[in-house]
Amino acid sequence: MIDTLRLTAEEAMGLVGRGEVSGAELHRAYLDAIDERDGELHSYLRTVDEPDGHGVPIAFKDLISTRGVETTAGSKILSGYIPVYDATVATRCKEARLTLLGKTNMDEFAMGSSTENSGFGPTRNPWDPARVPGGSSGGSAAAVAAGLAPWALGSDTGGSVKQPASLCGIVGLRPTYGTVSRYGIVAFASSLDQIGPMTKTVRDCALLYRIVAGRDPCDTTTVELAQPVQIPEREDLNGLRIGVPKELNDAEGIEPGVKELTERTIELCRELGAEVGETTLPRSVEFGLPCYYLVAPAEASSNLARYDGVRYGLRVEGEDGVRAMYDRTRDGGFGDEPKRRIMLGTYALSAGYYEAYYGQAQKVRTVIAKEHAAAFRDFDVLVSPTSPTVAFELGAKTANPLAMYLSDVLTIPSNMAGLPGLSIPCGLSDGLPVGFQLIGPQFSENTLFDVGHALERAIGFDFVPGRFH
Amino acid sequence: MAITREEVLHVARLARLELTEDEVERFTEQLSAILEAVAKVSELDLSEVEPTAHPLDVINVWADDEPRPCLPLDDALANAPDREAGFFKVPPA
Repeated sequence: MIDTLRLTAEEAMGLVGRGEVSGAELHRAYLDAIDERDGELHSYLRTVDEPDGHGVPIAFKDLISTRGVETTAGSKILSGYIPVYDATVATRCKEARLTLLGKTNMDEFAMGSSTENSGFGPTRNPWDPARVPGGSSGGSAAAVAAGLAPWALGSDTGGSVKQPASLCGIVGLRPTYGTVSRYGIVAFASSLDQIGPMTKTVRDCALLYRIVAGRDPCDTTTVELAQPVQIPEREDLNGLRIGVPKELNDAEGIEPGVKELTERTIELCRELGAEVGETTLPRSVEFGLPCYYLVAPAEASSNLARYDGVRYGLRVEGEDGVRAMYDRTRDGGFGDEPKRRIMLGTYALSAGYYEAYYGQAQKVRTVIAKEHAAAFRDFDVLVSPTSPTVAFELGAKTANPLAMYLSDVLTIPSNMAGLPGLSIPCGLSDGLPVGFQLIGPQFSENTLFDVGHALERAIGFDFVPGRFH
Repeated sequence: MAITREEVLHVARLARLELTEDEVERFTEQLSAILEAVAKVSELDLSEVEPTAHPLDVINVWADDEPRPCLPLDDALANAPDREAGFFKVPPA
């Protein structure tokens, strides 16, 4: 009997490697778990019945192109779209003998923080199905937390890996911009989008990052890793300097339970031997969110111009020619959030407003990058809560887009600077998981894995949701 | 309101979205609230600051000009809503 709730990907690789369990048996065990629990959770949009290989299974967020397997990015405008090629990350997983278990639910085009913006219905949080799993990679997070996949890939633009990982009690890495290929990924905001691992443990996270990271000639924004990815073993934090940016830790809206667990985890860093000190990011937090909500929609309005009913996806015919067909296809195919962001971005880029909005936001981005660089002169890693709140109830923020946007107020600033961030679970507040965010300089993933692993061991968080015990 | 109904209709036209009456009303209100929030970026004097378009200092990435196989025509057209004689087919302009 394979206990998919407890089995880590590293353990699964061990079982398959030693020939104790076949890849097909593993695949079947996860499909059975999906049959049992995913009717309630809806973390998958579709599953793959027969494994294409003999290795450990994996789930992909539904914006990763998979040859022959429908890929919708959570949007009705891509309903029925069957990619004719694999994304590079899918190819790399295949080369590592991983088999595709299925495609996970997401906010439409990765725009959202709750997975309620999916065109195919919301996903529910395995810790409490009345609550959201976070987003936009909520399907991947819920699948891993509920034992419906050993591990998964998500994508992170403003916090879409880190925040759902936090709300579902799992580990999520947003890698340094440019370390993971986006060839074959449905684009949202190209100067921010990154693919990242979502796993039960930090070691699993490093293992999956090692599989997908590295330069890809098909994506010219990728670079070669400075050092090979190391699987963490450290148990102490001796010699590490950990900075606590006060604006990230005292931000308005951080729940008392989240604050308390964050402070306890910072204390733990000290006990494990780290040198802990306060630091400051004076303008990054206050101006990060407005900066993001200009840059990302501007890029989205350009990226989403390709959905026109001509080459793939939905077409809604009109009586009066091709232009009416474009307009009706786009109005009928996009949900509210993509429409809002397309219009916001189009406005911010339009004549007369460009300098005041988009141009100014790009300069704020420079300020944010410089502030982080200054903090890293004194510290190796910066820490804060990942999300100001635990998982919230379905429907709580859907009527107010701005309230939803605030879910990412703590993950956005470092994303604007292209920095890597790791979220690890640090405890439960009223029975719901709280995530601890570790931010490093560009290409410092190995350090983040070391710190995350040492903390994970010391915290001893049980990643199996209480209701499944 | 930070954005008027006429501006919403203008932007929707630029973005090729045919909005319903209900959407025009809802988006005018929501986009106004969002624009008021993001206008915060104008509080900073950044006249001396260079803009950042890309988080890494990567410029001029060169590749060898070597021919590789491309998508076969049938694959390229496989997802088209309509096609004819090896072309994407659209309604008359």
